[in-house]
Amino acid sequence: MAILVGKDSRVVVQGITGREGAFHTEQMLAYGTPIVAGVTPGKGGAQFHGVSVYDSVVEAVVERAANVSIIFVPPPFAADAIMEASAAGIDLVICITEGIPTLDVVRAVRFIEERGTRLIGPNCPGVMTPSEAKVGIMPADIYSRGHVGLISRSGTLTYEAAALLTEAFIGCSTCVGIGGDPVIGTTFVDVLKLFRDDADTRSIVLIGEIGGSDEEAAAAYIGESHFPKPVVAFISGRSAPPGKRMGHAGAIISGTSGTPQAKVEAFQRVGVPVADTLDQIVPLLQQVGQK
Amino acid sequence: MKLYEFQAKEVFAGEGIPVPRGQMASTPAEAEAIARELGRCVVKAQVHVGGRGKAGGVKVVNTREEARVAAEGMLGKPLKGLIVHHVLVEEALQIASEYYLSVIIDRTSKRPVMMASAMGGVDIEEVAATTPERIARLVIDPAYGPLDFELRKLSADAGFDPRASRGVVDIARRLYRVFVRTDASLAEINPLVVTDRGAVIAADAKFDVDDNALYRQQALARFREESEEDEIEAQAHRRGVNYVRLPGGDIGIIGNGAGLVMSTLDLVTRHGGKPANFLDVGGGASAESVREALSIVLMDPNVKGVLFNIFGGITRGDLVAQGILDAVSTMDIKVPMVVRMAGTRAKEGLALLEGSPLTPAAGPAEAAERVIELAHKR
Repeated sequence: MAILVGKDSRVVVQGITGREGAFHTEQMLAYGTPIVAGVTPGKGGAQFHGVSVYDSVVEAVVERAANVSIIFVPPPFAADAIMEASAAGIDLVICITEGIPTLDVVRAVRFIEERGTRLIGPNCPGVMTPSEAKVGIMPADIYSRGHVGLISRSGTLTYEAAALLTEAFIGCSTCVGIGGDPVIGTTFVDVLKLFRDDADTRSIVLIGEIGGSDEEAAAAYIGESHFPKPVVAFISGRSAPPGKRMGHAGAIISGTSGTPQAKVEAFQRVGVPVADTLDQIVPLLQQVGQK
Repeated sequence: MKLYEFQAKEVFAGEGIPVPRGQMASTPAEAEAIARELGRCVVKAQVHVGGRGKAGGVKVVNTREEARVAAEGMLGKPLKGLIVHHVLVEEALQIASEYYLSVIIDRTSKRPVMMASAMGGVDIEEVAATTPERIARLVIDPAYGPLDFELRKLSADAGFDPRASRGVVDIARRLYRVFVRTDASLAEINPLVVTDRGAVIAADAKFDVDDNALYRQQALARFREESEEDEIEAQAHRRGVNYVRLPGGDIGIIGNGAGLVMSTLDLVTRHGGKPANFLDVGGGASAESVREALSIVLMDPNVKGVLFNIFGGITRGDLVAQGILDAVSTMDIKVPMVVRMAGTRAKEGLALLEGSPLTPAAGPAEAAERVIELAHKR
């Protein structure tokens, strides 16, 4: 079953003719992702590796019944791309772009809320349901299909975790990169709820980092809802100094908020073990009883 | 990008928010000249750090002589670890009340939020911890901005003196406008002073501009050079390298992906080392960008060893290896370097590095141990 994306998704790539969009479209097609259209304003009518390019998202929806969008549009235009997809009727928008001004994201989130569009990201690697659909930039061959739901704010750190799982013959149902920005469309709690209702997912690995309080909210949700599936967490940035933005716009400790200690404690309080290093994730998962 | 108080006040003044009369000074002579116009005034050190007052960074003076002496005592000297390059010389206000007013982007509600409190002039985090009910919050719909009736309610909830309310509400409106106009992530007035004559003035100003928005904030770009406090970080910014200096560390770190780099820092710390920096070469790093990254890291004289932690997704190990080799051949690198490489073209990358002065490591933990060992062997 998995969540969010699968072989029945109909994906439109916004920014398909740009450098990032073009490269990753080729990679996604090679994986077998069902890409049904591309959009680059002004390039409508072109073909890209057998995919029809349109001037606008609404054309992709009308002509090709696109229902998932992945956005590779540069920062100054990305929020508009998100809103365009939402207005066109796309249900799930995955925004890869890093560097969008936060107020633009705030406005886009506000815009799409009314239409019930789900946004993943921005500044995320995308969503991967192994053997069905890769809607993102993650390297395909480190993932295998199984029953672990993986949720992460990070990109490459997630790849490390996925690779470790695969090496241990543990696969994932779906891997969701929620992104490293301070304001994102979908939080840990949002994804936990989806995994909770997914029969294919039997345990969760959650990768957080400094900044914000999404991890604390996730821990509270796990406790209050008596979350029925085992969760293992990992928090990066435990040695980061306060006040400094560590790469991700959202990875910053401000005063007393966003500290790694608070996150670790929040998880431990609700019985979620926190791996100290990446290579502890698999043993912990085996302990809490995955499979 | 953090603005200094004097820069933030310039921005506020541009939006019609009342600020004290005053000017920035970079020398004691300048401070004296400004004080001559103002009479009784305050000399305030301009540094990006809280608790200036307690550390002697804010001095009330009565004559221009005293202003000069106060400035002399601050300029060029460290205040809470940061060198003071500028002071702000301002008229001293006759304070009747001190309030708090700010706008931030709240990550949880995904909205701009305005906070107001009659408990100004103190650390707002303390107020939030001990008496949170004294802080009034307004979640703002970005499609409308704060409505006037909402601001009036905020003012009442904050416990502001009703006589000052109109002035405060006007400032609150302007504060939100300038926040949006300049792509701020934080705009804080603490204290917002009500003088004994009833005037409402922003006595202190804190302003952070969203780094992601600098491309469209040309007018504020001029503040960038002045607001940079670390030389190497300034260089890195100029050369487009995503680098954060960690003072006192001696292990340089280069990796691809912020989360991966953060966890590498954590690993080095766990193994007893002290990271000198955070550096993310980003996805799809080229040989050129890797060379740039290494040259930035090595600008720090404290660096005794460098650790590369690369997990190639889009980033190709062979290109990273090429970048390192280019650097080694064009720069005179005297410190040991350890490379851990996995993912896309890692084998090819490691093969290229054979015979070079770099030490390969099989995994991140081993890499952390090795680099610390080699760095301290010298």
